Amino acid sequence: MKRTYWQENLRLVAICLGVWFVVSFGFGLLLVDVLNEVTFGGFRLGFWFAQQGSIYVFVPLIFFYAWRVTRLDRKYGVGETDEPDASRDD
Amino acid sequence: MSLTGLTYLVVGATFALYVGIAFWSKARDTGDFYVAGKHVHPVANGMATAADWMSAASFISMAGLIAYLGYGASVYLMGWTGGYVLLALLIAPYLRRFGKFTVPEFIGERYYSQTARVVAVICLIIISFTYVAGQMRGVGIVFSRFLGVDVSTGLFVGMGVVFFYAVLGGMKGITYTQVAQYCVLIFAYTVPAVFISLQVTGIPIPQIAFGSDIAGEDVPLLVKLDQIVTDLGFAAYTSGAKGHMDMFFITLALMLGTAGLPHVVVRFFTVPKVRDARISAGYALLFIAILYTTAPAVGALARWNLTTTIQAGPVGEADANLAYEERPEWFRTWEETGLLTYTDLNGDGRIQYYNDANPEFAERAQEYGWQGNELTVDRDIIVLANPEIAGLPDWVVALVAAGGIAAALSTAAGLLLVISAAVSHDLLKGVVMPRISERQELMAGRLSAAAAVMVAGYLGFDPPGFVAEVVALAFGIAASSLFPVILLGIFSVRINREGAIVGMLSGLLFTVGYIVYFKGYMGPLGGNVAENWLFGISPEGIGVLGALLNMAVAIGVSAATPGPPESVRELVERIRRPA
Repeated sequence: MKRTYWQENLRLVAICLGVWFVVSFGFGLLLVDVLNEVTFGGFRLGFWFAQQGSIYVFVPLIFFYAWRVTRLDRKYGVGETDEPDASRDD
Repeated sequence: MSLTGLTYLVVGATFALYVGIAFWSKARDTGDFYVAGKHVHPVANGMATAADWMSAASFISMAGLIAYLGYGASVYLMGWTGGYVLLALLIAPYLRRFGKFTVPEFIGERYYSQTARVVAVICLIIISFTYVAGQMRGVGIVFSRFLGVDVSTGLFVGMGVVFFYAVLGGMKGITYTQVAQYCVLIFAYTVPAVFISLQVTGIPIPQIAFGSDIAGEDVPLLVKLDQIVTDLGFAAYTSGAKGHMDMFFITLALMLGTAGLPHVVVRFFTVPKVRDARISAGYALLFIAILYTTAPAVGALARWNLTTTIQAGPVGEADANLAYEERPEWFRTWEETGLLTYTDLNGDGRIQYYNDANPEFAERAQEYGWQGNELTVDRDIIVLANPEIAGLPDWVVALVAAGGIAAALSTAAGLLLVISAAVSHDLLKGVVMPRISERQELMAGRLSAAAAVMVAGYLGFDPPGFVAEVVALAFGIAASSLFPVILLGIFSVRINREGAIVGMLSGLLFTVGYIVYFKGYMGPLGGNVAENWLFGISPEGIGVLGALLNMAVAIGVSAATPGPPESVRELVERIRRPA
C-alpha cells in the first residue's frame, strides 16, 4: 500500500519535471534557434519561452502537482486531518 | 516638498511599519523564534518567501543585467524561478513533514551523525554570510543615493532596523515584516514599469508591452531594438552571445542552488501542514513571477529608452547623436554619482554610444568619425533611474528607494535568522551543550542573531573582494553541498552517514576550489576564459558538476559501507507520507 503511494507520487513528480525541463531547457535553450524562426505577437518564440513563457508554465505546474498529490494522499488515506498540528509530533 | 524630504518620509514610514510589526509579533519560545510557531498561512508564507528570496540583486541589478545581456540574461530568469519547481516537488513538503527547526538538523538526523550536521552548518554559514554581505552593501548604496547620507551611515541605520525585528521577533517577526516588505517592493517595482510601458508602447501591462509595437509605429519593440543595437555593433538583443551549453549549466546551477539555499528551504518549515508547504511554494513562485516577468520588459524598455535617447537619429549621420549640452536632467543627476560617465573622445560635443570592442564594426565607426565609445552606464542604475527617465513624479522615486531597501532588508533578515538558528540550535543545543533549557536556547538564539547582524554589517562596510562574485559562490555551494544530500536523504534509503559526509565535502571543495581558481579574490590563478574551463563550464555553472560529484561520491561510498540503521529507514518512510 505504502509503496504504491510512493510510486504513484514518483510518477507524478517525473511527469511534472518533464514539463519543467521541456519549457525551460528545451524551448528556452536547446531549441531556441528553431523556435525563434516562429514569431508570436511581437516576440520570437524561443526568446519568449526563455524570458516569459517558462515562468508562466512553472507557476501553474506547482499548483497542478499540489492538487494531484493531495488527491493521491486521499486515495491512499495518508492525507492530513484538519487538526493544525497533526503532523508535528508522530 | 523636496525629493529628499519625501524619500525620508516614505522610507521612514516603512521603517515604522516594520518596527511596529516586530512589537506585535514578539517571539515567546524557540518554536516562534525558529519557525514562527508553524502557524503561518500558506499565502502569507508565499509572500514572505518571495521577499526573503528577492534580494537587492533581484530588485536593483537584474533588469539592468537583462538590458545589457538581452537573451543571455535568460539564465537568471529561468534559473531563479525554475528552482521553485524543484523545491515544491522534491524538497519542501518532505522537510516540512520531518517537522523540526533547521536544515542541518534534518541532515544530522537522516545521516545519524553529528559530524554530518556540523558539515551542513559550515556550508550554511559560508552560503549565508557571502549572500548577506551583498545585501547590507545594497542598503548602504540606496541610502547614500536617495537620502544623501554616506554609505556607512546608511549601513548602520539598516543594521539597526534588522537588529530590532530579527532579534526580538525571530522567525515570527521576520515573517510578518517580510509580508509587508513584499507589498512595498512589488508596488515600487511595478508602478514605474507600467508608466514606462505606457510611454513607449501605449500599453500599460509590461508583459504585453514587451511584445508590442512601438507607439505610433507598425514594428514590434523587440524588432526595432534588435535593429538599432546591431547597427551600433552590439549583439542582437533577442539572440545569445553566450554558448548554449554554458547557459544550460548556469541555469541548472541556479535552480539547484535555489532549492538548496537554507534561508529559502526553512521558510517552508513555518506552515501548519505538508499540504500547505506544497501549495505555499506555488504562491511563492506566483509572487516572485510578478517581478520576474516584469523585469525583462523593464530591461528591454530601458535599453530602448537609453539607446534612442543617445542615438536619436539614423546611425552614422553626424547630427543623429545627442549633443552633450542637450542632455536630459536624469543624465545630469546620475553623472554626479559617477555611475554614468561621458568622455568626448572625438571632440564633436556629441555622445557616441556603441560597441567599440567589436572588430567587425571598427571600420564603420571610423567612417562615421567615431573614436571610441563615449558613454559608460553602470547597469545597476537602470531600475533606480527608470522613474526619472520616464519623468514620473517624486513620490514614485521615493517609493523605488523604499522598495530597494525593503528587498535588501528582507533577504538580510532571512539569512541572519538561519545563521543564528544554526549556531544556537545546531551547534550549541545540538552538539556543544545539549542540556541547556528552552529559555537559555532562546536567549542564545537572540544573541547569535545580534552577533550575526554585526558581522554582516562589518562585511557590508568592508566587503572582501569576492563579494562581487557572491552569486556564483553562494549558489554554487548550495547546489553542490546541501541540495544533493537533502535530495538523496529523501529519495534514497540506502545513502548512509559516510556517503553523505564525504559527498558534501567533495562537492563543497570541488566547487569552491574551481570558483576560487578562476575568480579568487587574490586575483584569479587561472585565466577566466572559456578555453581554460573544465568542459567549457564557467564558474557560475560549475555547481552542477559539484552536485553530480557529490551524488556520485555519496552513492559510491554508501555502497562500500554498511547501510543506515533501521530507525533511519523508518524516518525516511515517515517523511514520504504526509500523515
